Amino acid sequence: MNIIYVVLPLALIVVLAALLAYVWAAKSGQFDDLETPALRVVVEDSERQA
Amino acid sequence: MTATAELVRELTCAHCRLPVVDVTDHHGHDALLFCCSGCQTAWSILHDHGLGGYYTLPERRELAVTSSSRSFEEFDHPTFHELHVRGLTGGAQRVVLVVEGIHCASCVWLVERVPLLVPGVIRAELNVRRSEVALEWDPAATRLSAIAQTLASLGYPPHPGSGGAREDVRRKEERASLVRIGIAGAIAINVMLAALAMYTGWFGPGLDSQYEHFFRWLSLGLVIPAIAGPGRVFFRGAWAAIRTRALHLDLPIAVALGAGFVRGAINTVDGNGPVYLDGIAILIFLLLVGRYLQQRWQRAATDASELLHSLTPHGCRVVEGDEVREVPAKALTPGMLLDVRAGDTLAADGVIERGQTTLNTAWLTGESLPVSANVGDTVLAGTLNVSAPVQVRVTNAGEQTRVARVLQQVEESALHRAPVVLLANRIAGWFVVVVLTLAVITWALWVPRDPSAAMDHAIALLIVTCPCALAMATPLSVTVALGRAARLGILVKGGDSLQVLAGRGTIMLDKTGTITTGESALAEWQGPEWVKPLVLAVEAGSLHPVAEGFRRAWPDVSPAVGVETEHVQGGGIVAHVGERQVVVGSPRFVTTFLDQAPARHESVGTPVWVAVDGTLTATAAFGDPVRHDAATSVQALESRGWRVEMLSGDAAPVCRSVAQTIGIPVERTHAESTPESKRLAVEEKLRSGPVVMVGDGVNDAAAMATASVGIAVHGGAEAALVSSDAYLTTAGLAPVVTMIDGARRTMRVVKRNIAFSLAYNLLGIALAMTGHLDPVVAAIMMPLSSLTVVAGAWYGRTFRREPA
Repeated sequence: MNIIYVVLPLALIVVLAALLAYVWAAKSGQFDDLETPALRVVVEDSERQA
Repeated sequence: MTATAELVRELTCAHCRLPVVDVTDHHGHDALLFCCSGCQTAWSILHDHGLGGYYTLPERRELAVTSSSRSFEEFDHPTFHELHVRGLTGGAQRVVLVVEGIHCASCVWLVERVPLLVPGVIRAELNVRRSEVALEWDPAATRLSAIAQTLASLGYPPHPGSGGAREDVRRKEERASLVRIGIAGAIAINVMLAALAMYTGWFGPGLDSQYEHFFRWLSLGLVIPAIAGPGRVFFRGAWAAIRTRALHLDLPIAVALGAGFVRGAINTVDGNGPVYLDGIAILIFLLLVGRYLQQRWQRAATDASELLHSLTPHGCRVVEGDEVREVPAKALTPGMLLDVRAGDTLAADGVIERGQTTLNTAWLTGESLPVSANVGDTVLAGTLNVSAPVQVRVTNAGEQTRVARVLQQVEESALHRAPVVLLANRIAGWFVVVVLTLAVITWALWVPRDPSAAMDHAIALLIVTCPCALAMATPLSVTVALGRAARLGILVKGGDSLQVLAGRGTIMLDKTGTITTGESALAEWQGPEWVKPLVLAVEAGSLHPVAEGFRRAWPDVSPAVGVETEHVQGGGIVAHVGERQVVVGSPRFVTTFLDQAPARHESVGTPVWVAVDGTLTATAAFGDPVRHDAATSVQALESRGWRVEMLSGDAAPVCRSVAQTIGIPVERTHAESTPESKRLAVEEKLRSGPVVMVGDGVNDAAAMATASVGIAVHGGAEAALVSSDAYLTTAGLAPVVTMIDGARRTMRVVKRNIAFSLAYNLLGIALAMTGHLDPVVAAIMMPLSSLTVVAGAWYGRTFRREPA
């Protein structure tokens, strides 16, 4: 059970890394526009077919 | 393909698919037809750059390209650059422009290919929701005006962006909210995991005290940043509520969070008793999600005025001596002489000095039929010069123009409008009082019996009554309902307007374009059949609404050949068809060509006469047909407890006849309204209850911004869309009824959700007061109540297709 003293802090470090990545993404505006990128994908697909 | 289909295909514009009327004088490109030079330009641009794939896109924009001869010279002006353009490292420049006409996926495709069309453009990135394009270009290779011209020729006229400051603030706020949610969520999940370990021990044989301590301290260590970081907004909100003495849900939230955290921290240090910290962490997360949703649909009043300024052109042509120069409209001063070409919009108020023309004053009156203007007539900024070039001496420019003053009113009204107090916040008032009183009572009841437990029970009560579900009930239900409404073609910007629409009050309808279709259509024709081809031939080249009305009325009649147009004037057209002289125009205009004065002729609507070789051969009357669903919609609105009135810029007789047709009593119609008087009418009605303004034009914008809820109907002007709270993408008035029904059902769902969350709180209070509230029960109850609200919001029936 003592392993928990090692594993838990490790898990928290992983969480922290993910959180930092998310904060970076949010602050750099990745979530500002959730509509246009979706449309962009649709159009480029149809363009390839054309 | 059948023969007719073939014919139709051949007679439509190769670019915009609109029917090409004037086949004889088509803008040819091999075997292709174009309706206007703008479409031809766009077509050649696309083909020359190998972008012909545009025409195979599944969801293509069905709008005609506006042929624009604007040079956008003012976009290169130093002041413009100072205001809007930002230099990037490496010498490139960046600007954010608002573009009109963004609709669908094909717009993204087309706009983002601007770098291929204009060499020197590095990047073009479109944001569909905001209709903004961010452009980066190399100033050494191209100029902004060239890019703007290309955008305009593709059918997306650009306007300077909002200037940035306010927009940046909003964007930052939204990003900050997302960051807060992320942090709170990550912490909540991990605290929950720790709590799970502890509760497992609580159910089973028990956790070693050494591990239990570890998990307690871990929870505390995680919750401290959650409270200090994301959770701070609630304490700030509560403090603001106390200072302004306005009761707000933040207050009970802060009390619960504060009490729970302090007690949990003390118990952690002491090493016994419930910790509550898992509950606190999850509360912060859920509350932030609710707040974010609410933030997203809250009306952005500040946006209103920004797009409105696109009404007046940003540049204009000034006559100086023999020279005509293009200058930014901001540089205009009274006394300057403007050269206004046909198709231009006036940049300032003034008096016509030379020339005679017809003007579209739709922004002022809502009427699309052009009115004629002669030397000495006062003309207003924002009106469109339809037929001929004129020179105008500026009397008022910039902020002094009538249109600017109307727009200021829109802005002021939007800012000063009393905000809708959300039901949840109204409840918050007594909620705080009741909860605090009950906590004190609980404590007082327990002190004589068990002094050590008294504090625990009181605090348990405070925590379990944290109005989490209450705070989420409205935002969630409204967000889900708005998504459903959008699928029905009802785009609601301010979710709080649903609360108003669910009640009763006055609905004011604009006439032209709202109750009626806004297009002039042939209402009456008295004359022989053989005249029809002549009339069509004479009107063939004209874009005047009357000409278009004739074409729509007689789709099967083909125009006569061999037309020679003699001259076109404000009042009408004189032309020769073969040997015959044909005059089509207003009675006053046509009379001057008649050999003998005709008998008096009465007609409804706008009369148009046709004279052939000096004899009056036919008379027509143009009217604006009432939408087919108008009468039933008015009836439906009345039956739902709304008082329907009509506001119009049109003349009184027309208004009376329309009002009669759709069943509005004459005393409830306001004719000959200006934008200002429409606003005043709304203001007056506001004193006796909520007012909903439904309109389509710039002339309705101020009234719509003043009203409790402004609804823009399908086909409305950009300004009307901006100042409205809701926009209908399907034609007619029936969607207004659908919207009111949907709003009622949504409010029912909101109320049911609030009732649910209050019931949970009641149960919690009962358990806490009797001392039966175990931490585990509390930990299960709180998320359960939130889940109930989520389910209630999701499965609640709100917006549906068929109006009941």
